[in-house]
Order: sequence, then C-alpha cells, then structure tokens
Amino acid sequence: MTALLPRSVVVLTLGLLLLPITFGLFGTLLPAFGFFPALGGHALSLDPFRELLATPGLPTAVVLSVATGLGATVISLGVTLIFVASYAGTPTLSRLQHLLSPLLAVPHAAAAFGFAFLIAPSGFLIRLVAPLVGIDRPPDVLIPHDPMGLTMIAGLVIKETPFLFLVTLAALPQVDLPAARRLAASFGYGRIAGFVYLLWPALYRQMRFAVYAVIAYSSSVVDVALILGPNLPGTLATRLVQWMNDADLSARLLASAGAVLQLAVTLGVLLAWFGLERLFAILLRVSRETGRRFVRDRFPRLASILVVGLIGAAVFAGLAVLAMWSLAGLWQFPDLLPQSFTLRSWMNALPRVADPLVTTLVTGFASTLLAVLLAVGCLVRENQTGRTGGEKALLMLYLPLIVPQVTFVFGLQLLFIGSGSEQRLAALVLVHLVFVLPYVFLSLADPWRALDRRYEIIATGLGRSRFAVLVSIRLPMLVRPILTAAAVGFAVSVGQYLPTLLIGEGRLSTITTEAVALASGNNRRVIGVYALLQTILPFLAFALAVLLPAVLHRNRRDMRV
Amino acid sequence: MMRLMKRILAAGVIAGVSGLQAIAAGQDLADWTAVEKAASGQTVYFNAWGGSENINAYLEWVGAEMQARYGVNVVQVKLDDTASAVAKVIAEKSAGKDEGGSVDLIWINGENFASMKKQGLLLAPGWATSLPNWRYVDIENQPTILTDFTEPTEGLESPWGGAKMVFFYDKARTDAAALPDNAAQLLDWAKKNPGRFSYPAPPDFVGSSFLKQVLSEVIDDPAKLAKPLKEETFERDVEPLFAYLDQLHPVAWRSAKTFPQNYPDMKQKLADGELDIIFAFNPSEGSAGIKAGELPDTVRSFTFSGGTLGNTHFVAIPYNANAREGALLTANFLISPEAQLRKQDPVSWGDPTVLAMSKLPEPDRAAFAALDLGVATLAPDELGPVIAEPHSSWMERIEVEWRRRYASGN
Repeated sequence: MTALLPRSVVVLTLGLLLLPITFGLFGTLLPAFGFFPALGGHALSLDPFRELLATPGLPTAVVLSVATGLGATVISLGVTLIFVASYAGTPTLSRLQHLLSPLLAVPHAAAAFGFAFLIAPSGFLIRLVAPLVGIDRPPDVLIPHDPMGLTMIAGLVIKETPFLFLVTLAALPQVDLPAARRLAASFGYGRIAGFVYLLWPALYRQMRFAVYAVIAYSSSVVDVALILGPNLPGTLATRLVQWMNDADLSARLLASAGAVLQLAVTLGVLLAWFGLERLFAILLRVSRETGRRFVRDRFPRLASILVVGLIGAAVFAGLAVLAMWSLAGLWQFPDLLPQSFTLRSWMNALPRVADPLVTTLVTGFASTLLAVLLAVGCLVRENQTGRTGGEKALLMLYLPLIVPQVTFVFGLQLLFIGSGSEQRLAALVLVHLVFVLPYVFLSLADPWRALDRRYEIIATGLGRSRFAVLVSIRLPMLVRPILTAAAVGFAVSVGQYLPTLLIGEGRLSTITTEAVALASGNNRRVIGVYALLQTILPFLAFALAVLLPAVLHRNRRDMRV
Repeated sequence: MMRLMKRILAAGVIAGVSGLQAIAAGQDLADWTAVEKAASGQTVYFNAWGGSENINAYLEWVGAEMQARYGVNVVQVKLDDTASAVAKVIAEKSAGKDEGGSVDLIWINGENFASMKKQGLLLAPGWATSLPNWRYVDIENQPTILTDFTEPTEGLESPWGGAKMVFFYDKARTDAAALPDNAAQLLDWAKKNPGRFSYPAPPDFVGSSFLKQVLSEVIDDPAKLAKPLKEETFERDVEPLFAYLDQLHPVAWRSAKTFPQNYPDMKQKLADGELDIIFAFNPSEGSAGIKAGELPDTVRSFTFSGGTLGNTHFVAIPYNANAREGALLTANFLISPEAQLRKQDPVSWGDPTVLAMSKLPEPDRAAFAALDLGVATLAPDELGPVIAEPHSSWMERIEVEWRRRYASGN
C-alpha cells in the first residue's frame, strides 16, 4: 500500500506536468492550422499563418523577442559568472547571498513597476539630480518603452540575475572549490580565470536547465514587456495577447498561429544559445590551452560586485519608491518627496482588493499544497527505489518553465472554453500547479536527499512502519525546507500573470492581474498599492516558513536552527 | 405601496405606448414587480472598463445598493477594452450558447454597440425605453441618447452618462492667453511647445476621439461624417487628418515614438510636467483630479469655441444574458436620480447626467443644483457646442489606417 501510493504519485505528478503542456500545445496547434469548430473552421489550412506573415511589423516583433531573450540571459549569466568566479568562498558572497535571496520573492511585475518609477524621465533618479543640473521639466526621452527594448532587458536582468546567482550557489557544493582555488592560484592564474577553467563547465552542467528557463521566459514574457517593453509595436508575446483579446474572434486563429511562431522563436533563441555554449567552450579551450592566465582581473571583479550591488539596490529602491507613491498626495516633478502623505490610496484600494486577494490566496494555497504533497510523494518514491530519474526527470520538471507559457496556456484556454466547464477556480489551481510544482520540487529535492538516512534505518530497525517513520521522523526533521519550498511555490503562484489572465478570463482576478490591468491607467498611487501587496504576500509566506519551525520546535533544542 | 403602484402604472403605460408586450424570454416588463422578484438572488456580471479607480468605486457603490435594495449581486468584470466583452458574446453565439451567457450587462457605445446591434447580439429592442426611470431621461435636449454615433438606439441600450471633450492645462505653467481654440491652433501650439502634447494611441477611446475631433475640423465637408464612409472617396476624405498628424507627430511627446496609454496616463503626465495640454471626455476630470490629490489646484479646463465632440454612453444587455432581470433592474437603477446625482458629483465620478432637470422631482433637482463641480470644471453653458460623433464606419477604418501608418514599426 505504502509502496503503491508513491508510485501513483509519480505517475500523477508527471501527468499533471506533461498533460497540460501536451493538450495546451494541441489546443494551440489546431486553431493555428485553421481547425476551430466554434468559429466554423473545420478544415486544415495555412490561412492563419498567411495572415500572420502579412501582419505589419512582425519582423520587428520577432527581432525584439529574440534580442530581449538573448540579451537578458547573456547579461544575467555573465554578471553571475564573473561575480561568483570572483567571490565564491569569500564572506562577501555569503553576505550578498542574504541580500539577494529576498529578491526572488519579488514578483516580476512589481520589480518592473519599481524599476520604471526609478528610471522614467519623471522618475526618482532624475529627481535626485534635477536640482544639481537645473532640470525643472522631465526630459523628453523615450524610457521606458524604448523601441530597442533596452529598458525591458535591464528590467529582466535585475530579476534574473538573483535567480541565476542562487541557482549557481545551490550547485556550488557539488564542486571542490577550495582545492580548485588553491590549484589555480599556485599555477598563477587569476581568480576568475582559475574558476572558469576548472569549475565552470561542471557547474554549468548542473544549472543549464535553469538558464534555459530564463531564456524561454525572457523571450516570451508578457507582463514585464507590457510595463517596460516597446509598445509600438510590442514584442511578439504582447501582440499575441492583444490578438487573443481582439473583438474579432477570427483573430484567435491569428493568435494561435502567432503562438506557434512564438514557440519557434523561443526554440530559435535556445538554438542560438546552444551555439553560444559551443562558442564559449571553444574560446575557453583555446584560452586555456594557450595558457592565458588573466592574472590582472581586479577590474572585472570590482565591476561585477558593483553591478550586483546596483541590481539589488535597483529592486529595493524601486520598492521603496512604490511604497512612497502608494502613500503620496500631490507629488509633482521635480520634488523628491510628496507634498503630503495620505492613506487614501490604501483606504480606497483595500475594500476593492478583497476579492482578488481571496483568489490569490486560495489559488496560491491550493496549488502549493498540491505541489508539496506531490513533491513529497515523488521524493518518498525516490527513497524507496533509490532512483532519482536523473537528467530526464529534471528536464521534465523544467519543461513547463522552458516551453513558453503563451504557447500552451492559449491552447488550454481554448480547450477550457470549449469544454463548457464552469470550474474556473479548479482550472486556475491546476494551471498554477504546472508552474508551482517544478519550483517546489527543485527547492525541496536537495535538502530531502541530503538528510541522513540512518535515522530512518534505525527507526525501521526498531520495527516502525515506513509510513510511521516518514511522519514521525523525516517530515518533522524536514519541516523547515518543506515550508521554504511551500513559500517558494506560493511566491510563484502569486506572480503568475498570463495563466491567471487567460484561464481566469476576467472572472477570476488576482493581485497580479489587477496590478497589470491598472498599469494601463498609469495611476502611480494605485500601482504602488497593488505592486506592494504583490510583494508583501510572498514575503509573508517566507516569514512564516522561518517562524513556524521555530515555534514548532520551541521545546526541542537540537531542532532549532 | 402608493409609490410602487405608481411605478407599476407608469411602467405599464410606457410599455403599452411603446407597443412592447414582452421581451425575449417571455419576461413581461410591464409587470415590474415580477422583474424585481425574478431578479432577486441573481448575479449580474457587469462588463465595464476597469482602468479608472473612481469608476470602479462607483460601480462598487452600485453593487452595494443593488444588493441592499433588491438582493441583486452586481459583479464588475473589469475590461481593458469593451471589445473583449463583445468578443465573448460572439464566441458564445457561435458556440450555440443562446442562454446562460457569461455577460449580463455591458458598458457600451459607438462601434461596439453598432456591431452588436448589427449581429443581433442584444436583448430585444424597446426594453430601455420601458424602464420605469426612463421618464426622467433627457431625450429632448440630448439627441445622442437616441442616436449613438449615428446609429439609432431603438431602446436596445439604456443611457448612462454624457460625455464631452474638454482640454486641461496647468495655469501655473502654461500661458492661458496662448491656448488654442481649434485643431489648427493646437498644432501651432504643439510646434511652439515641442514634446508637450500627445494623445493616447487608438483604439483607446479618448485617443480615437481626438482623431475624430481633428477629422471633423479638417474634412472638406463635415456632413460626410454623418453617413457611412464611401470607399471611393475615403482616402481623399481622411487625407487632411493624416496630413495633420504627420505634422503633429514630430513635435509630439516622445516624438510620437510612443503614446500615452489613456486618459489617466495623460493626467499623470500633466502632473509630472511631461505634458502641458491634455484632454478628457468628461468635463469634471480636472476637478476630480485636484480633489484626489493627483493634480495641482492650478489646473483649469477649456474647449474649442467651434465645438468639441460629445456623446452618450450606455449599458446594454446581451441577448443570451444569464441574469436578464437583474440586468434590467441594474440598468433602471443606473438612471435613477439618486445614482445619476452621485455619478455627476466630482467626488465620486463627475460624469454629466443623462436626466432632464425639468423632469425631476423638486428635491432631486435641488440636489443636482447644489453639486460643487470644482474649480477646474466649466459651467454647462461654457462647454461650447457639441460636434456629433461620426458614423461608426469611419472610426473602424481610421483606426486600421492609423495602425498601418504609425504602429507597424516600419
């Protein structure tokens, strides 16, 4: 019985991850080729693609998606690499780790809003210098929404760098850092060069799926693109969403064809990335074999810590400016502070926030709970069989993060509408689960596997059943990582924009969909309120994950951390 | 009880006069108590643009009142574009869902109304004119209540509020004497003040209205706009409009490489000093902004002496609405003196009423007269003449043409 249950959990988990993607892709592919009975399309045709190719400005949209995808990933990974190579094993790194980890909990949209409030021509940064250089009117400069997407790339970099940084740190214990450092130093290599030559290839192998997820995300993101990206025309993903919401229903065929193109674009960016991987490997080999030591690397080292510091500062300062706007009365350019502070924006918003808040909480709790149960089930199964599933299992976990959301969530929405089901909330929870589950599993797997199995062996030896051992020994000992994984999952659920928008269909709105919808009005006070709420929720979840174990373990001295 | 009897009587008379016996599902509007009874407990999904906080707040008040008075639960489905609600109804019709539809009430006018009317997606005609509160509606002085963008409303939609294009500026920053008095002067002003004027990109409603305002002023024969566009002359008819925009864009905000999102966005940009002249479709937006602390109290408004666009916005019920009775009851409440008074109050919304003061009972009339419209709001007689909306066929084509020229990234 106990063996059977986990086995079916594994099957169920794989099903919950892979079926939505498969069905969703079908739901996108069929209309893309003209098959959409509700609109009278019963025959396969290439018309939607013809229409797509005839869309004005399509090449620009595609180029933008490719450029933002590659640009954001190259910069984020480059900064992470140079920074970790410079400071791995030093106290600087662990100090910054504590500073950067909370950034993961900040939803993309909130970070993007904060960033926009900082750098806009009427934003906070220019107000800082305005009196010094005598600016009394905001300059007529096109940021954000610059046509080359540079603001959007910067916005993605400040969110993705902390993510890649923490992924790198998680992989770091798998390599022998001190030995490699000593070896490289004794042969006279620079810190960065020694790290890159000796450790990076092994490290990168561990984290490359995370990098692919960043690529896929950056090349197909909707909310960040709406807030910071070019809008005349926008990136491919934002135009897809416009078509999907077009009054003319036949635009859905166009949108589906566009979603297929988006998949191709993301695959193209991934292929380009594979090319870059090869190129980098060759450069690395050549550089290593010619014995270049790069001894003088002080500048890149300092630059990397500066950039990482700036990234952290940008997010925190952005949040601070958001907070100030949410409390601002009249606040004109170039005043550094509002003329007055008022709680009105909060008082106005709070009653209105109730429904979206409940949806956010219910969806977040439900999808996180399911994800934790499934992840624990899979890990129990792993303990029983001793097999981790290896690379293949890891790829499946990352699949929902690598296949662009727009391509299969569209299809899911069409299927959902077609099914005539009224179970919107259940559908929303399931769709969130697809994105929550990978993160929960990935953050729980390492601590789970690291727990010393001898505790359980002893308990089993004493005649306890497997189930009793799980409940009385393993789970209590792992309560902290489990709660942390749950907090990660909850944060992921809170931040979901596109799946909520499409599956919720306006009937179910969350704090995130409300925030992005309100962004269209550009009322900074209201955006401030919603973006802060969006940030506070995950932070509360993380705080609970820290506090609960402390309370649970208050009378067990050795379990305190 | 007396009031109720009167109401039933009034409704009966109106229904009798308009010759309307019953509406779609056999619900007899003459028997208003039956409508109220059937509506109780229903949930009305009110599809309405959700981009403005004060409007959302107003709708919440409506919801609370409907719940308290009639036990009707009104839920606002916040749209960023009304077209998506129309799309939903079209989708349901094509899927054969002729009952239990997901949209009960839509905030609508213009193109969207014309398109729904054309495709038979609206509840049978005449219901709007049979609502008990229709007797207060100002059909005599507000012709746009019976003709929405040249399309006869035929009781297919119930009026909700008036609109008139009004410009705003900050007198602390902008010289009032140099303000433009027509589209041509506005262009000159923009050339003298580069980067300080723009308009939201269509299909934003306010942005499209700006294009219509300019078109009405620059077209060779404004009478053409009252009729559907003629394919043969379309290019030539709209040429002056695009010539105007071609001149405006190089001197517009951000050189027209991007556009403000919508009216609230322009309001923020006026406060930031990024824009110097903005406009809205609601004369009291400036005063409301000052009251909300979003605009400095030096903001003032003006219109063109030759006239600016004006229209009426409505609510309509899709043919397959699930909570039909609840929707009828809500539409009726929206044109009650009480709801209209609150709507015209700049503190909550500031939208001009569709009711005729002369038809209101004395206390209601006094309450309207007592409203403080605020420093930035022009009195009704200062608003200038109304330019009628062009036939809806014009806007659809102009939006496409606009996108082709300015938003295709080429």
